[in-house]
Amino acid sequence: MLRYTLHRVALAVPTLLIVAVIVFVLMRAIPGDPAQIMLGDLENPRALAQMRSDLGLDRPVAMQFVIWLKRVFAGDLGNSIAQQRPVLEMLWGAFGVTATLVIPAVAIASLLAIPLGMIAAWKQNTLVDVTVVTAAIVFLSIPSFWLGLIFLLVFGLKLDLLPVVGYVSPLEDFREGIRYLIMPVTALALIETGVLIRMARSSTIEVLRLEYITHARAKGLTETAVALRHALKNAMAPTWTMIGLALGSLLGGAVVTETVFTLPGIGRLLVDSIFARDYPVVQGCLLFITLIYVLVNLAVDLCYPLFDPRVRL
Amino acid sequence: MSWRSLWRRPNAIVGGLLLLVMIGAAIVGVLYTPYDPVANDLATRLKPPSPAHWLGTDEWGRDVLSRLLFGAGVSMTISSFTVLAAVAVGTLLGAAAGYFGGWFERVAMALLDALLAFPSLIMALGMMAVFGPSRTGVIAALTLAYMPSVARVVRGSVLSVREKEYVEASRVMGNSEPFTMFRHVLPNCVAPIIVLATALFGWALLAESALSFLGLGVPPPASSWGGMLSDSRNYVGQAPWLALVPGISISLTLLGINLFGDALRDQFDPRMKNL
Repeated sequence: MLRYTLHRVALAVPTLLIVAVIVFVLMRAIPGDPAQIMLGDLENPRALAQMRSDLGLDRPVAMQFVIWLKRVFAGDLGNSIAQQRPVLEMLWGAFGVTATLVIPAVAIASLLAIPLGMIAAWKQNTLVDVTVVTAAIVFLSIPSFWLGLIFLLVFGLKLDLLPVVGYVSPLEDFREGIRYLIMPVTALALIETGVLIRMARSSTIEVLRLEYITHARAKGLTETAVALRHALKNAMAPTWTMIGLALGSLLGGAVVTETVFTLPGIGRLLVDSIFARDYPVVQGCLLFITLIYVLVNLAVDLCYPLFDPRVRL
Repeated sequence: MSWRSLWRRPNAIVGGLLLLVMIGAAIVGVLYTPYDPVANDLATRLKPPSPAHWLGTDEWGRDVLSRLLFGAGVSMTISSFTVLAAVAVGTLLGAAAGYFGGWFERVAMALLDALLAFPSLIMALGMMAVFGPSRTGVIAALTLAYMPSVARVVRGSVLSVREKEYVEASRVMGNSEPFTMFRHVLPNCVAPIIVLATALFGWALLAESALSFLGLGVPPPASSWGGMLSDSRNYVGQAPWLALVPGISISLTLLGINLFGDALRDQFDPRMKNL
């Protein structure tokens, strides 16, 4: 187990290094002098010269990359041009908002999708199954930004039940915060439910075909006992992986959902910074989002044996 | 592989019909639109659907039906080129990696893994940040985002096919390596590529709409479904058709692709059910 863990962690290192190279190259591909870009459009030759030597722009590109990487490792992502604040601080703030949106959404989606998917598999090719599968594919096909827009139109404007614009942290004012989160969380959860139902259903069907299920039935166990004791546990493993993947990619910013509901999350921060040409923030967002994605994937891989004891590490 | 029995599946029929309608709309949109999709007419601002404008007009008095048809052409073209490019580059890279193995495979796979470490929309956003919004930019960004998945799938199939006797036989007969690859290995990897390409078409369409919705895709005034939705946000209360029309179009197209893709997958590649 320890050896596998170390091996798996070691594998993530080259991936992250290449990610760093890609982000570095991408940011250098922006036309213009990187030092000038970092400083903004200031007419300040002394600061510019200082910045150029800080970034090592007078040295070979490989050295520039090493200098840049050292800074990143030290947690120094530079300052935002537009807001003159450390990028890392802005990233943490935005990440908190994204997490309060994404974690409840994925939790609700999992709680809905796993039982529904399993029931559909259990009643395969009946009316129940067809209904669940159809609902799943319909939700899968609706873009989250459109569903969000329709929610705003119906519950915000027509029925005037929920606030349309803005965000209040549920940590500061729980009741008000929840009111702002209901629509975005529901929109995101419904679409993820579509993805997860299909996964839960197909992995349950696969398990139900196995011999030990036939054996359990032959032993005279009731269908419920077969379902709960034998099928459910084993069908969960691939679904957990899918939940982990959804969590990993959404924690890196549910960009469009955050845009529709004007939530100041990390995806919104990335898009706003792209429009503001605030490149230190763009770069910070890209690195941060990828790091989260790789770490969540790593965690999912390492947790796999907990859900499926047949996988020995 | 049997194409005929595919049409016995209800999801293939429904999905295929939906796709056919949407592709038809896209072709019409490229050739003909009832009004100029970018011509402003401030006298007919925000008019609801009427005999003159079947789907109403937007905040600049532009005909929504014309913009919808034109946008269908734009979205479908971008998605098609993205899929073609991603499949072409991904197949070459994945096949080469799987077939030649060795250091080439290790380097290629490490690079692809790193590319896959970016959520695809974030990767595309990063590219758009540098190169600015444009149609070719969207195609390039999405190709880079999806190509690694193709390469991984192709490499996997090549790895399993390359040990088969008929590949060995081709070598023994004195055929060159590239000939063996294109004549005997790749044709036997076609089924998973078709299944993946169908899924990619849907992802590309959704991603293009999302990018245009965010203002980083197809630049205005040319219409795109995502851009139309984005424009509708300020008028959604007084002119709800502006939000309904492009949204329903995107959803129906994606539904068509998903249904048809499921049917294809069940038909040709039951192993990929979990993708």
